[in-house]
Amino acid sequence: MLANYWKALTTPLINENPLTLQILGICSALAVTTSLDTALVMTIAVTCVLAFSGMFISLIRNYLPHSVRIIIQITIIASLVIIVDLILKAFFFEIGNRLSVFVGLIVTNCIVLGRAEGFAIRNGVVESFFDGVGNGLGYGLILMIVGAIRELFGHGSLFGYQLLIPASQGGGFEPLHLMLLPPSAFFIIAGIIWFIRRKRPEQIEKPEFSVRVRPGAAEK
Amino acid sequence: MNDLMALFVRSVFVENLALSFFLGMCTFLAVSKRVDTAFGVGVAMTAVQTVTVPINNLLYVYLLAPGALAWAGLNHIDLSFLSLIAFIGVIAAMVQVLEMTLEFHVPKLHQSLGIFLPLITVNCAILGGSLFMVERSYSFIESLVYGFGSGLGWALAIVMLAAIRERLKYSDIPDGLQGLGITFVIAGLMSLGFMGFAGLG
Repeated sequence: MLANYWKALTTPLINENPLTLQILGICSALAVTTSLDTALVMTIAVTCVLAFSGMFISLIRNYLPHSVRIIIQITIIASLVIIVDLILKAFFFEIGNRLSVFVGLIVTNCIVLGRAEGFAIRNGVVESFFDGVGNGLGYGLILMIVGAIRELFGHGSLFGYQLLIPASQGGGFEPLHLMLLPPSAFFIIAGIIWFIRRKRPEQIEKPEFSVRVRPGAAEK
Repeated sequence: MNDLMALFVRSVFVENLALSFFLGMCTFLAVSKRVDTAFGVGVAMTAVQTVTVPINNLLYVYLLAPGALAWAGLNHIDLSFLSLIAFIGVIAAMVQVLEMTLEFHVPKLHQSLGIFLPLITVNCAILGGSLFMVERSYSFIESLVYGFGSGLGWALAIVMLAAIRERLKYSDIPDGLQGLGITFVIAGLMSLGFMGFAGLG
């Protein structure tokens, strides 16, 4: 029983990571990673929403008519997101402002609905809770890596704490402004996917066509 | 008029929803394997976005915003915390209405768009458009232009990505980058290209 929970918690970290394998929830992952603190807050917010939506949906799964289930799931998720949004506004106003619309967009984050549809609707309450936490952490892991790389090379700091002194203040570090712009997030995630798939070859996608070399062409 | 033109250009190119705000990424990456399907999703997306952003604007201004209920004599009521649920409801309802209208009047178009319409309900670009509209407090006309422009920009981006991916099928890509990985790299390069528009508007 305990092993089940542990499995639900740990497989989404690398082996079934929602971002790099299931292609879920990429939208917000890229936009909030210009600094590490927004990435951390976003991780916590998504993990809470995932865990509790999994728990509540699993709780009512036997009473849920099949035809209206999506609407009910979205309503549950939206209510949880509103609570998270209000908490952020009350206690972490400055970070909440920097996340701007992306807190609200957790509602349409495909991870949440994806796990509700794919896991919580068929599994027990406790397992669903741990599956939610696991997926939230798997999502957060990638978010933190991307956030750390972007903040370190873009600002020379981590969590706003200056590690590398920029050249404009007499140090030897030239901030790489590309890291703060949208394209860098795409490249970093591509790199992470490449790295994970080198370590886990079973995740490699088969090419749709293979290039056939004409006999004798290779020698030229 | 000039302002509206500038807003339109900005929402299509400079603030492209897909490439500079990363909205609608799941659909963007998942349905961009072929140009014709990508075009279908793009059209559906533009249509839904053009309808939902102005409607959500009306809803927000006359019902949900702080003090919006003044016309009913209830000016101390602030319902803005309900906007997420209300917007999602409007989007789901509009998608349903659009689907029924298309099925009745243009069955051919409905057949080709059929499967993409329901998908769009949970597309973050649609909800994102409405949330940006609130955050930047657009007027009704502005939100109409913004909805159309941002939908069109998203459609443009996904058709371009699909065109590149079709060509890419014949190239020899390292195993680990096959599929998802190389798509991210292309999207990054396209996003880099779209940054060149930053001076516009």
